Amino acid sequence: MNIATQPSDVRKHPNVVWRQFKKNKPALVGVLLVVVMALIALLAPFIAGDVPIAMRKDGRLYLFPNIVTYATLQAENLYRNFDRWEPGPDEFRWDPPVPYSPLRQDLRERLSPPCREHWLGTDDRGRDVLSRIIWGTRISMSVGFIAVGIAVVIGIFLGALAGFYGGVMDMLTLRLIEIWICVPSFFLVITVMAFLDPSIINIMVVIGLTGWPGIARLVRGEMLKQKQQEYSLAARASGLNDWRIIFRHLLPNALSPVFVSATFGVAGAILTESGLSFLGFGVPPPTASWGEILKQSQSFVDFAWWLVAFPGIAIFITVVSFNLAGDGLRDALDPRLRQ
Amino acid sequence: MLTFALIQLAPGSPIAYKLQGMEGDMQADAATRDIIEQTKALYGLDKPIPVQYALWLGRLLRFDFGNSMKDQRPVMEKIGEALPVTLMFNLISIFLVYIISIPVGVYSATHPGTKRDSSLTIILFILYSMPTFWVAMLLILFLGGGEYLDWFPIHGLQSGTAESMSLLSRIADRLWHMVLPLFCLTYGGLALLSRYMRAGMLDVLRQDYIRTARAYGFSERTVLWKYTMRNSLIAIVTLLGSLLPALIGGSIIIETIFSIPGMGRLAFEAVLSRDYPLIMGEVTIASLLTLAGLLLSDLLYVAVDPRIKLG
Repeated sequence: MNIATQPSDVRKHPNVVWRQFKKNKPALVGVLLVVVMALIALLAPFIAGDVPIAMRKDGRLYLFPNIVTYATLQAENLYRNFDRWEPGPDEFRWDPPVPYSPLRQDLRERLSPPCREHWLGTDDRGRDVLSRIIWGTRISMSVGFIAVGIAVVIGIFLGALAGFYGGVMDMLTLRLIEIWICVPSFFLVITVMAFLDPSIINIMVVIGLTGWPGIARLVRGEMLKQKQQEYSLAARASGLNDWRIIFRHLLPNALSPVFVSATFGVAGAILTESGLSFLGFGVPPPTASWGEILKQSQSFVDFAWWLVAFPGIAIFITVVSFNLAGDGLRDALDPRLRQ
Repeated sequence: MLTFALIQLAPGSPIAYKLQGMEGDMQADAATRDIIEQTKALYGLDKPIPVQYALWLGRLLRFDFGNSMKDQRPVMEKIGEALPVTLMFNLISIFLVYIISIPVGVYSATHPGTKRDSSLTIILFILYSMPTFWVAMLLILFLGGGEYLDWFPIHGLQSGTAESMSLLSRIADRLWHMVLPLFCLTYGGLALLSRYMRAGMLDVLRQDYIRTARAYGFSERTVLWKYTMRNSLIAIVTLLGSLLPALIGGSIIIETIFSIPGMGRLAFEAVLSRDYPLIMGEVTIASLLTLAGLLLSDLLYVAVDPRIKLG
């Protein structure tokens, strides 16, 4: 039988896509940058902070006190002492490369331009900008990924059900999508944020809830296509229930445009988050976020170029790398462009 | 029907929020309870929620959003002052986007692979990825006074002395004030549309019927403008529908940064002061604008693509 050739082709699909993707140098750079950003976000305490990575104090060895919260450190009577603590004989401290906390204020060092101690300068409360940007990566990355994750889950679920069942379900979903896209999403987000407490969880949820219609549409369209395929009929003929047909058989084949859309979606969510923080509806103040640094710099915009430039560059690089990766993914998945 | 559904969606939950807010106040300060009861009666908040909702809906159909909680002026009056400003900005911006992006996209698509095409693509990509508020701040920093160049005003719509100017210089003054905000509003959409125009055009140029047209010996100009153009326009006409909400959302940030008294800044202030009637009015009007944009893009779609007929 000639079916044998086709499944092997399908199984190779990720490899084909990867081979195509590798040819696209800008996209590779994009993916690389995304990975670097994700690592920075994950390893923020090891890159910037005023708590040592490891230290020996009073004859005791402390490993990774930097990943413990300040409160715990204070409870052990550690934090209050050791940030000004100079190691004596038989003692040592190994600081992160950027030895400043994103939150520690140093009023003698206010608004210092980039110098040897503070590579990217300090803000109006003497906090190190580089450290704040590094910790801000955490906020941006987590908001980007989780918000898009929420949008993808809702979008896939509604889109798949609408595409598979059609009829009333389809009609309802389409109407819901139409209503949703009528309200300009940024308007919707700041309106909802006005009613909720500004917290990172709320931001993720709200951005996620505004992002699903595009994905739902994509999935619905793909489902309509996949439903017509013979393997769908075969799955149904072998007596599988609808749930299994949808999520195990049809959906995996409908996912590739969703990946592309989600990659761009992360860039969009990061932009929205920084825009929100910039307007002051974002992550509440002491927490470092790129948009929040830009907001602070608004009062010193006429001279403090380092406060404007660097967080903006951080946002820009992140958005560019997600867009590059998305572009590359789209081209790699598009069979028409394949040589 | 869509509008009706939208209206149903938009005010439903915020009214509940409004009630929550009121109750929070009451617990906080028992002495002002009487005042709060009066306020509630004033806004009709003492009635059960479905009744409130019906009342709200009725008023909404007459575009009566009640009074702003901050200065007691009717919401529609405030929006009426702000709307023309934002509309002017957005319409000029959309106009600029289309008038620039179409030639840029066509140029890129007809010279694929050349140095100019790739540098255009890179520039557009960079523009597309820059956050508007960052660009706005950089422009203010470098072109709007401060320690660097002082070319453009960064505040409001006209100079303080505008009243005493002649009509012509007042128009010039207004335009001069609009340069920076307009740039910020425009460049993102511009980059997006040029990219789509290029992609769409390249797509159409690969089609068989273009080869056929070339084989017939039509001049390159005829092939391009008569056969390719129309089909590649379809893609970017549909984008009008998504461009408009982005612009309206973007004007919140831009108008706040440049202190332009438009819908965006009004919305920002409304949200800051939790001015619920004003927020609801804003969201409804913004949604109606988007709806109008979607309708327009559907109509244009029919105009561009003769295969689609109005049903």
